[in-house]
Amino acid sequence: MVPKLICDDEMADVHAPATSDKDSLKVTIKLSVEKINAINRICASYDNDPEELISVLHETQNTLGYLPAEVQEIIAHNLKISAAHVYGVVTFYSYFTMVPKGDHPISVCMGTACYVRGAEKILDELKKELNINIGETTPDQRFSISCLRCVGACGLAPVMMVGEKVYGRVSPNDVRKILEEYREDNCEECKPTQQL
Amino acid sequence: METPVNKPKQLRIALRNCGMLDPENIAESIVRDAYQALGKVLKEYSPQECINILKQSGLRGRGGAGFPTGLKWEIASKSKSDQKYVVCNADEGDPGAFMDRSILEGDPHSVLEAMAICGYCIGADKGLIYIRAEYPLAIKRLKIAISQAMEWGLLGKNILGSGFNFEIKLCYGAGAFVCGEETALIHSMEGKRGEPTNKPPFPATSGFMKKPTNVNNVETFANIAPIILKGPEWFSSIGTKNSKGTKVFALAGKINHVGLIEVPMGTSLREIIYEIGGGIKENKKFKAVQTGGPSGGCLTEKHLDTPIDYENLIAAGSMMGSGGMIVMDENDCMVSVAKFYLDFIVGESCGKCTPCRVGNKRLYEILERITQGKGVMKDLDKLKNLSYIIKDTALCGLGQTSPNPVFSTLENFYDEYYEHVVEKKCRAGHCKNLFHYVINEELCVGCAACKRCCPVHAITGEKRKPHYIDSNICIRCNECIEKCSFDAISIQLEPKILV
Ligand SMILES: Cc1cc2nc3c(=O)[nH]c(=O)nc-3n(C[C@H](O)[C@H](O)[C@H](O)COP(=O)(O)O)c2cc1C
Ligand code: SF4
Ligand code: SF4
Ligand code: SF4
Ligand code: FES
Repeated sequence: MVPKLICDDEMADVHAPATSDKDSLKVTIKLSVEKINAINRICASYDNDPEELISVLHETQNTLGYLPAEVQEIIAHNLKISAAHVYGVVTFYSYFTMVPKGDHPISVCMGTACYVRGAEKILDELKKELNINIGETTPDQRFSISCLRCVGACGLAPVMMVGEKVYGRVSPNDVRKILEEYREDNCEECKPTQQL
Repeated sequence: METPVNKPKQLRIALRNCGMLDPENIAESIVRDAYQALGKVLKEYSPQECINILKQSGLRGRGGAGFPTGLKWEIASKSKSDQKYVVCNADEGDPGAFMDRSILEGDPHSVLEAMAICGYCIGADKGLIYIRAEYPLAIKRLKIAISQAMEWGLLGKNILGSGFNFEIKLCYGAGAFVCGEETALIHSMEGKRGEPTNKPPFPATSGFMKKPTNVNNVETFANIAPIILKGPEWFSSIGTKNSKGTKVFALAGKINHVGLIEVPMGTSLREIIYEIGGGIKENKKFKAVQTGGPSGGCLTEKHLDTPIDYENLIAAGSMMGSGGMIVMDENDCMVSVAKFYLDFIVGESCGKCTPCRVGNKRLYEILERITQGKGVMKDLDKLKNLSYIIKDTALCGLGQTSPNPVFSTLENFYDEYYEHVVEKKCRAGHCKNLFHYVINEELCVGCAACKRCCPVHAITGEKRKPHYIDSNICIRCNECIEKCSFDAISIQLEPKILV
């Protein structure tokens, strides 16, 4: 199989070891050259070592935000492993995601300590407020909801996180207030980007 | 971060330095004796002598199963190979436990030092710490600690002029509970899916990259240096006959003082909950403590005075696990708790073997039926039989222990199961389908405030006449109770026949 990688704005031909010309396959990759280069750099920084796949995926996800199929193909190609192997690893670990999360990813801890202190109610409230389900992103891309298994702050149960910020002892009534902090007009982080 | 609740009763060995020093400054650790034990071992003991000290101390693994640490090191040291590895299991997956995180964040050098000692004993020059990506602060501190220890010549080549080399690298987890299991952990470190494999071969003979590998838990490592410095007799004088030393527990749930505690083995639950933990929140009635996480079980009132150690917990139908202790009160429904754990297991099962992948899903579905009031008596037998099958046939520790929450709640709280199934009642008022919102006709003035706020239009009634809630439509959102200014709406636990 010879994956021919074609990117959007420019043709970037990434060479793959040819096994059999007959099975040659064209994969159209909708990624900018910069992104492809970034991925290549990350792979190279781990010597394209297949054993470092998980570290490579971590770093790529940190850079790009998520790991869509195109990205996985490039990584597979660099580390000289099959795309199926990469896909298998990405889907095995809950930390990796193939869909972009919202600008403010919300995670609710569903660990035991949080569960007995009412995490379910927080989750229900969030779903109601944002009108999305677990694993989904709001249509405006602002918020997404996911569940975590214990962030190690059990003393503060129930715990929810918005991005990196941890909110402890959350009650269902707090949910709206917390979300309010991140709505367009209030959110410190978002303001600069809006002015651009 | 939690500061451990400091009360008499407690004895800090593993947590000795947490909160006492700046973990980002190695000098502070050294003032508090870090790397003294490593120096002593390298200078005074042969690997076997050091292993003998650990065997004598009676230290057992703190990661779950409680395997004797000295013996484990001995097996690894006797495996012949050109390359061996020391692995620290910092994949703390048990939800509700955070002692490993506290040790790594508060006293990283204690773990690095012990890994080097282990390397010397088993003949390994490489150490790997498998840490959850969810612990960014611990990762940062470990990186700082490793680079400082390298600078000071306490890790790296020719440590303290002894000719012994040891270096440590970090590997990151990516959110899979099963990766705490040692064979799965090793696969994950090799960049693969974290699926367990059959033992034997044990990691001590064929582990990371098929080389002999010794895997220990963070807390186990944190106990090593004090044993070397104070002697095995000191350590074995603490604890019970077969469980020596102390154990760190993470107290959480419905208890007044939450946080980490470290107590000698053999301390009773009563002492932990009432003396150290300050009793149950809001003076409610104690119902159970869940120990051992998703693989553990519940301890109840009758176990309050049992001395806690590895054997007694197993005898009581639970296990030590990593030391999470979730306290539950009368408002917790035990069937729902069992369902919660099964939900966890179904999500975390790696899917490699059928009993665990399919069996647990079926267990979950039965429990779900029961909590929805659709259970029948036969379901209780099914639960039990299926649990036995899963336990006996699953491939790895995750599946083999996954039915434990079911066994233990069935055993200790059969009444609650019975009520759910036969009386369609949840005494804790937790199962949504088993309680109802009703309007008291005498108190209702017919203002229709509730009717307007109900999101699913479950409330009907004419103006100024008593209103009525249709339980079949109601989603139990509690909105109407909050809106009614006349306290006319209440929750009724007694079953109402659903039509
Ligand atoms: C499903 C499962 C999850 C486990 N999770 C952990 C864990 O999070 N941390 C840990 O140290 N050990 C965990 N263990 C136990 C390890 O397999 C292993 O026994 C332990 O790391 C050995 O260290 P020790 O001898 O120091 O206890 C788990 C075991 C199983 C079966
Ligand atoms: S018991 Fe469960 S987690 Fe373990 S190998 Fe089987 S499916 Fe995977
Ligand atoms: S809000 Fe209260 S008083 Fe008013 S109609 Fe509803 S139940 Fe009756
Ligand atoms: S609890 Fe919610 S759904 Fe049920 S009747 Fe009241 S407002 Fe309607
Ligand atoms: S259970 Fe939620 S932080 Fe631990």
